[in-house]
Amino acid sequence: MTLDFDVIGRSLPYLWKGFRYTVELTAIAAAGGLFFGTLLALGRLSPVRPLSTIAAAYVNLMRSIPLVLVLFWFFFLMPQVLQLATGGERPPQIGAERTAIITFIMFEASYFCEIMRAGIQSIAKGQVDSAYALGLSYGQSMRLVILPQALRNMIPVLLTQTIILFQDTSLVYVISATDFTGAASKIAQRDGRLVEMYLFVAVVYFVLCYTLSYTVKLLQRRIAVIR
Amino acid sequence: MKFDLDWGVFFHEIPGGGDRYADLLVSGVAWTLAVSASAWVIALVLGSVIGTIRTTDRPWMVSLGDAWVELFRNIPLLVQMFLWYFVVPEFIAPLKRWLVQADPAHAQFVAAVLCLALFTSARVAEQVRAGIQSLPRGQRLAGMALGLTQPQVYRHVLLPMAFRIVIPPLTSETMNLIKNSSIALTIGLTELTFRSREMGEYTFRFFEAFSAATLIYIAIAMTANRAMALIEKRTAVPGYIAGGRKQAP
Repeated sequence: MTLDFDVIGRSLPYLWKGFRYTVELTAIAAAGGLFFGTLLALGRLSPVRPLSTIAAAYVNLMRSIPLVLVLFWFFFLMPQVLQLATGGERPPQIGAERTAIITFIMFEASYFCEIMRAGIQSIAKGQVDSAYALGLSYGQSMRLVILPQALRNMIPVLLTQTIILFQDTSLVYVISATDFTGAASKIAQRDGRLVEMYLFVAVVYFVLCYTLSYTVKLLQRRIAVIR
Repeated sequence: MKFDLDWGVFFHEIPGGGDRYADLLVSGVAWTLAVSASAWVIALVLGSVIGTIRTTDRPWMVSLGDAWVELFRNIPLLVQMFLWYFVVPEFIAPLKRWLVQADPAHAQFVAAVLCLALFTSARVAEQVRAGIQSLPRGQRLAGMALGLTQPQVYRHVLLPMAFRIVIPPLTSETMNLIKNSSIALTIGLTELTFRSREMGEYTFRFFEAFSAATLIYIAIAMTANRAMALIEKRTAVPGYIAGGRKQAP
């Protein structure tokens, strides 16, 4: 077997486009997931029964089925739901890339929810009481007192989850979106260079994820010292 | 239009074969369970060994274990799946020869099991290491003071407690493994998610097909959860945290 690593150099612009989409998807899904995840966490911890039940059901459902199946669900449901919403004649086509973004936000929200819930629960009860004693409303005490601390305590876990998310975005392959893995796979199949391409992808992911998780570990140590 | 559902579709016959769509999903479940169970056994054995050697006092063993965990944790599972199926056989001639003449389903099965087993073994190793390190230092010292050798300390003192401690995190790893097995569809393994999509494509009943797959995954996850809880209860040591009540995940 002869290896031809030139194929990587030849296809770099295409791979770079895929890589940019991977980073974009990760960033949007992490930001959106954190936002909706925090709302879900507040819902789960809410004393309003229907709210906490619905939030818990959503989170547990998302966490008990494979991401691949969730991607299929959204890929197939999204056009139908949009058609229902817009009342159009035919289902609108929004494409795999945008479907993936919405899916990942909705999916990651359930994982970020559990992290934020643990973060909120790690705050001493006295903090809530003193916020209320100062006359802050629920919204104010959450926004100004509880959530900033919860977020800060959970930063290492949130970053670790984001690294996992970065790896998981490669699964958009199953709905044929062109992320980094998708781009590499298309070149690999076109040029019959599976070995070189997949080795290259693996090395890139490994270097990036290893560096990032090492940085998170250092950060974790620093935060632990401050407290 | 689209939301008129037909749940009878599972009992329609597949064109060209005597089977019904329900049979298609059942065969998918069988593959999902077969892959998950095989990978789980290997992952548990390998992960325990790797996790244990990471807590020994031999630097080379610790480094080997650390490298193992980092290697499998920092490459996306999908890419690992492609590596096992497309890349590894190119470097091992006998494997390649077998692959060429083997039933594709067998080749996919072997690649998927290896991939999931090694990926999960890294995660199990991490849990086992954490479990051993969570034990009070005195346990190891007491074992050594009694004149036990290092292997004996592990076998009779540390591991029996560590394994009980890691049962709850291993439960969630088990469920992760079952969910991860769906990624094997990318190399063509006809497991549950593959079959449900196939059924959707044949019948245009995606909603019904995916609903069935979702319910089956939930049922499998709950069964695995109950089974692990039973093991946890059976093996509990009275008076220890890991024994009496469930820990937060």
